[in-house]
Amino acid sequence: MSDLLKVTDLKVHFPVRGGVLLRQQASVRAVDGVSLAIAPGETLGLVGESGCGKSTLGKAVVRLVDPTAGGVEFEGRDLTGIRGPALKPVRRDLQMIFQDPAESLNARHSVREILEEPFLIHRIGGTAERRRRVDELLERVGLPAASADRYPFEFSGGQRQRIGIARAIALKPKLIICDEPVSALDVSVQSQVLNLLLELQREMGLSYLFIAHDLAVVKHISDRVAVMYLGKIVELADSETIYQRPKHAYTKALLAAIPEPDPTREVERALLEGDVPSPIDPPKGSAFGHRISHPRYDETVGLDMPLTEIEPGHWVAADPCCLEPEDYERVAKRPAAAAS
Amino acid sequence: MEDSLLEIRDLITAFETERGLVRAVDRVSFSVPKGKTLGIVGESGCGKSVTAMSIIRLLPQPSGKILQGEVRFKGRDLTRIAPKELRKVRGGEIGVIFQEPMTALNPVHRIGRQLSECFLLHQRISRRKAWEASIEMLKLVRIPAPEQRMGDYPHQLSGGMRQRVVIAMALACRPDLVIADEPTTALDVTVQAQILSLMKRLQREMGMSLMLITHDLGVIAENCDEVVVMYAGRVVERAPVRELFARPLHAYTRGLLSSIPRLETPHKSVLPTIPGMVASLSEFVPGCRFCQRMERSGPTLRERPEFIEARPGHWVEACPICYHAEDAVVASGGETEPESQPEAP
Repeated sequence: MSDLLKVTDLKVHFPVRGGVLLRQQASVRAVDGVSLAIAPGETLGLVGESGCGKSTLGKAVVRLVDPTAGGVEFEGRDLTGIRGPALKPVRRDLQMIFQDPAESLNARHSVREILEEPFLIHRIGGTAERRRRVDELLERVGLPAASADRYPFEFSGGQRQRIGIARAIALKPKLIICDEPVSALDVSVQSQVLNLLLELQREMGLSYLFIAHDLAVVKHISDRVAVMYLGKIVELADSETIYQRPKHAYTKALLAAIPEPDPTREVERALLEGDVPSPIDPPKGSAFGHRISHPRYDETVGLDMPLTEIEPGHWVAADPCCLEPEDYERVAKRPAAAAS
Repeated sequence: MEDSLLEIRDLITAFETERGLVRAVDRVSFSVPKGKTLGIVGESGCGKSVTAMSIIRLLPQPSGKILQGEVRFKGRDLTRIAPKELRKVRGGEIGVIFQEPMTALNPVHRIGRQLSECFLLHQRISRRKAWEASIEMLKLVRIPAPEQRMGDYPHQLSGGMRQRVVIAMALACRPDLVIADEPTTALDVTVQAQILSLMKRLQREMGMSLMLITHDLGVIAENCDEVVVMYAGRVVERAPVRELFARPLHAYTRGLLSSIPRLETPHKSVLPTIPGMVASLSEFVPGCRFCQRMERSGPTLRERPEFIEARPGHWVEACPICYHAEDAVVASGGETEPESQPEAP
């Protein structure tokens, strides 16, 4: 088993309670049967619109939320059954970077306290050792040594994100879940942070699960890209393929919506109508087929539309509404399997 | 420009802080032509939003002040008119669309009430007529089932629908100018594409001018006729959109253009960056602030560079280091084909 992380048919459902007795009335199917794998040193990009479940998926992997069903294997070890203190050694190898560093850093702690905490929790080194390590971390992420005694509010957004990254790499993890790490940053700072993430990956052999909604950023940093829609992965391929030859109608629509920084190009784009449907009461058939009112939608009600390999390494949901007829013919015949 | 609807001249807006008066907008001049779209681009803290808020005098009180300058709108100077007259301009002749529709809408009032209020405030019109006009506006911004939506509270709508309501409110009184401050930043790309195409269509139909403030150069490229690039409270470059993307003359504009990853950027390559970061407002030097970011020393930091017309319609802050004068000269004369990629500074 060469995969570092292997997610199998993962489901995260949140209960919706209501009424006088707060009985469960429905559930939000935030993640609804997702399978994916990440190899050592690989970056898997995860894109989709807000509410598609991409952040929940990231949180379920590091167990910030508990999965409802399915498996999360890390280095061949199933994490779903592990609870409480037993999770601690795993978390050394599995870290997370959040979108808004202003909210994910404790405002009352100095940068030194923030960066020392991982070492304290895992009982690594004495006072002098920890001090040295914090200084090393600051230097590694490009912050002046004097930053250690300052507080998060004294830093700009880009610098705060560097602190967040320093904290994530403190214990030399193997996989980092990056949840929209550059979305809140200005373009010139965004490129600095992306470069830093790429450098760290090369040096430390890190794997990333890179969650974002900016498709150009995701393409730049990822080896493979998974497109998520309403709790499910609808397409997965290496990043070149997914941008050059997307198969799924939703992937095509997403790509077409990116504004190009080139005023000489006249764009006439087919606009995608409507919003992502509610994950509380998802359409019975093809979720995207429903949004675009596809004539074949009725066929898909109750139909199993598994992620299927259409060409080597290129996986797509076998959805008659969202594929070209000849592509659908090809995937409908193939047996589905978990994406690897 | 004679045909401008709005003309800002030498505007200085400052804030009272513990460290004294700091200038968020430092002698900014530009104009918005009739029926056209002017884009204002820059990073956070460059003064783009403060400039917009200075136009309609919606600065945080009591700390924000316009110290100097004129805001000429249809012949009047908005910095000087009486509050009563100003209220007629705001929402009547100038509509505003803010970034976050949830904060622009009142959460405890239904959509219908908020929208008809625009008509009741600015027009002599009965409640019933205002209600009908509001439904018309919701139809115009393509909200499905508008009669039902009138009875909804903002939280019952999706982000894209809320932003449509805000646009409907901004356009309700058929303003001459719409100021849109990051109107699509909080939205998904697919919804952003819907909203921008909607705004373009309405602009064509109603003939209004649009001032589009954004940090997204893709949005600028696709939607604007002219672009103003702001850095650290000042305009560093101003040009028609194609000219600016083809021939950026200021080092900051070049850095900005080259640091965005594009779909054709080589995979996992090192992106060009602009080193350093914007100084804080209270530490701005009088001279070239991009030189300050580059940690240069010397005379360029002391004296403010002149703002010159380097090419027809193309203005740039002519700092001896940051202004690439050599590229302003065109060998073959006249309009030339755009050069390929801008280089990093």
